[in-house]
Amino acid sequence: MAKHHIEATVNGDAVEFLCETEDTLLDVLRDTLQLTGSKEGCASGDCGACSVMLDGRLVCSCLVLGCEVGGRRVDTIEGVAKGQTLHPLQQKFLEHAALQCGICTPGFIVAGKALLEQNPNPTDTEIRYWLAGNLCRCTGYDKIVTAVKDAAVAMRKG
Amino acid sequence: MRYEAPDSLDGAVALLADAIGETRVLAGGTDLLVQMRADVVGPELIVDIKKIPETRVVAEDKGGWRIGAAVTGAELKEHPRLKQVWPGVVEAANLIGSTQVQGRATLGGNLCNGSPAADSVPALIAAGAVATLAGPRGRRDLPVENVMLAPRKLALTKGEFVVSFLLPPRLPRSSDAYLRFIPRTEMDIAVVGAGVSLTVDETGTISAARVSLGAVAPRVLLVPDAAAAIVGSRLDRAAQDRLEAAARAACSPIDDKRGTVEFRIQIAGVLARRAALIALDRARTS
Repeated sequence: MAKHHIEATVNGDAVEFLCETEDTLLDVLRDTLQLTGSKEGCASGDCGACSVMLDGRLVCSCLVLGCEVGGRRVDTIEGVAKGQTLHPLQQKFLEHAALQCGICTPGFIVAGKALLEQNPNPTDTEIRYWLAGNLCRCTGYDKIVTAVKDAAVAMRKG
Repeated sequence: MRYEAPDSLDGAVALLADAIGETRVLAGGTDLLVQMRADVVGPELIVDIKKIPETRVVAEDKGGWRIGAAVTGAELKEHPRLKQVWPGVVEAANLIGSTQVQGRATLGGNLCNGSPAADSVPALIAAGAVATLAGPRGRRDLPVENVMLAPRKLALTKGEFVVSFLLPPRLPRSSDAYLRFIPRTEMDIAVVGAGVSLTVDETGTISAARVSLGAVAPRVLLVPDAAAAIVGSRLDRAAQDRLEAAARAACSPIDDKRGTVEFRIQIAGVLARRAALIALDRARTS
């Protein structure tokens, strides 16, 4: 079986790649497009470390086939900072030390950004439910929730 | 492994009907990709149905609501009208998995994954939803309670797949609710699930009801005796007791790490009663 030839938009750039049917979007991002910010934690949709936006919708890239994204828009952690300027959420994760080993962090940033874009002033409970699909085994989550809340404040101020 | 994404029902049916070897329909992929990764399934052909317009529709139809099999839980939640008419169906779909899973998981996939613990299925059955199937011999409608036969076994014939669901027209003062028991607050598989849909008359008496239970039998159950136990009542304590007893009598669960037989039977009654009370409250204020 010939490989699939896929054209898509990744972080605003037109890209094309070849993939096998069984390659996930995460495989394509990391191994073909060299975008290794999205992490493979569980490969079963449980941990959220591979979170990306697909046509503006938060998904686990390990649960999407590469050949499904033809003609679609994918936004990853690599597109969150603007050049050397960190996104407020990234800045607040640093300020609040909301990470330790860092493997889960790209997923939390992508997922947290998706939350703040649709809910600029979330409660602790809303943050915790929204991020329930992102697992962190280091921080205990409190610092992550604090960072998201503080980023929300910063973003509301503009 | 081949991947095809036809843009028409006929195209999908032709692919599925002509397929040789293991074939899987792909909607959200939140079960299929996990099972492929775990080598539980190894399809030679995957037919992605998301490009078929009929699988992606949410629209009023024949006085009711037509929901495509490939509509995601997140899309159902964001729909401006659906959750007012069918709050139980929408809340059940939105209990499945994380925000990320909500962005992909579909009603069609939840049903066709063939799990008796599927959260959206008791809600659909309580709602009286009918699945519209497409296949080599054309279309046919099948009540959702008749789609699943046993764990991982469906009543679909070769080449058939679920295109959409039709939720029936709603009488005034009708509503529904779905509850499940899990040992956590989020992100778990139902130990027991209960869906109730009902209508009350001008006096507040229940004039029609449907009750469905999940994870207490090899398939999700429609429980007519539980509905009969509350029709004609105002869900007073005696009617609640009858409902609980009828729900428990329908259960034939397994013992597993998530719950014992005794626990599941006990909880099935409790959840059926609580779901009925929520549906009643919603119906009176709808």
